[in-house]
Amino acid sequence: MKVLSLNFLTCAVKTCKIESDSYPLHPKDAELVQDDIELNEDFLVNLLPRIDWTALSTTATELGFPALPSTPPTPEDLRADAKTLRDLHSLLLETQMVEGKLVCASCGHEYAVHEGIANFLLPSHLV
Amino acid sequence: MLPTPDTSHVAYERVYEPAEDSFLLLDTLSSPSETSFLQTRFHVSPSSTTPPPEPLVIEIGPGSGVVIAFVTAHASTLFGTRNILTGAVDMNAHACTATTETVRRAVSSNPATASTAFLGAVQGDLVAPLRDHSVDVLVFNPPYVPTAELPFREELHDGGRNKTKDSFEEDSYLLALSYAGGRDGMETTDRLLDSLPRVLSDRGCAYVLLCAQNKPEDVKERARRLGGGAWKVETVGSSGKKAGWEKLQIIRICRENILKNEYEKVTKKSARWTKGGGRWFTFP
Repeated sequence: MKVLSLNFLTCAVKTCKIESDSYPLHPKDAELVQDDIELNEDFLVNLLPRIDWTALSTTATELGFPALPSTPPTPEDLRADAKTLRDLHSLLLETQMVEGKLVCASCGHEYAVHEGIANFLLPSHLV
Repeated sequence: MLPTPDTSHVAYERVYEPAEDSFLLLDTLSSPSETSFLQTRFHVSPSSTTPPPEPLVIEIGPGSGVVIAFVTAHASTLFGTRNILTGAVDMNAHACTATTETVRRAVSSNPATASTAFLGAVQGDLVAPLRDHSVDVLVFNPPYVPTAELPFREELHDGGRNKTKDSFEEDSYLLALSYAGGRDGMETTDRLLDSLPRVLSDRGCAYVLLCAQNKPEDVKERARRLGGGAWKVETVGSSGKKAGWEKLQIIRICRENILKNEYEKVTKKSARWTKGGGRWFTFP
């Protein structure tokens, strides 16, 4: 699963949906692999408006990536900044989480990630 | 005809094999009317200044992955741009693995038209793992066959992860998940429809496959009133016509008036730009 997917995933427990700390999920014991994908500048620039930047910054730091700027770059700034383009491309599109856990800070449930697939099926007491 | 993704690696004893319903989804999503709809709604028109953000396309219950692999591999043919995000959620762990591999193969066979942003397949119950208002295009080929009850076995609720169970029993359970729809074949589809107002974005739409026993006209009427909102629901593909009864059909459910809102956003943006001394001065 690409790191970018963590921007769109949340705890599957119904009562957690309204808790702000249920998002983003926190990676734990994460094993990462790096793909080699051609950098697509337009893709990254158009992705900015739909990214939750605060959540992405948290994810990046927790996975041990260099800290992102505190506010998202403007499209013009991003196009002019080869280093940030490369960092974002590497983090969002090239990095896959293959093993580990995703933890909800609200209910504490740990979703296992195995062979690149996260398991969001809940045990019966949480459904 | 666009090439159908290769699913020769998929173990069909525990993952649904692509069939007439899967192929109807491929034909419908790549039909001239739907590609035109998708491109108008999600891609940039030559006259507008800023392209809208990439759409997120999620398939629920991909099985072999043939449909989401098709969308990912032929992104630029369907959406007019390779820049789309795709992903999938399935209860069956084997389906998640199969989907990932089907997408990988389809993308590498179609490098010129494919998106490189397949996020992954996660195991889950319908849209439960997805964030509110995150999905732009949702695709669902549901378990639509009317059955006395839904398959459920507490001890197998891990969706195929528990390798110690009797494997024939486990495989039968996983296959039943892919077709058994309970009352009117609608129990799972009804749950999905009810979750659309939560999970679809402001510009979101959903493609849902129905069979004649699902009472499609009743389903469409109900979908128009989802969450008390206004939804536009149309039949956009069908197959197996017999004396006016479509055996299978695909309905498209969209938030209404969104195109108008999107249009206003774009107009406001270019109006600001003009005020700031943009185009009129450059191209008098």
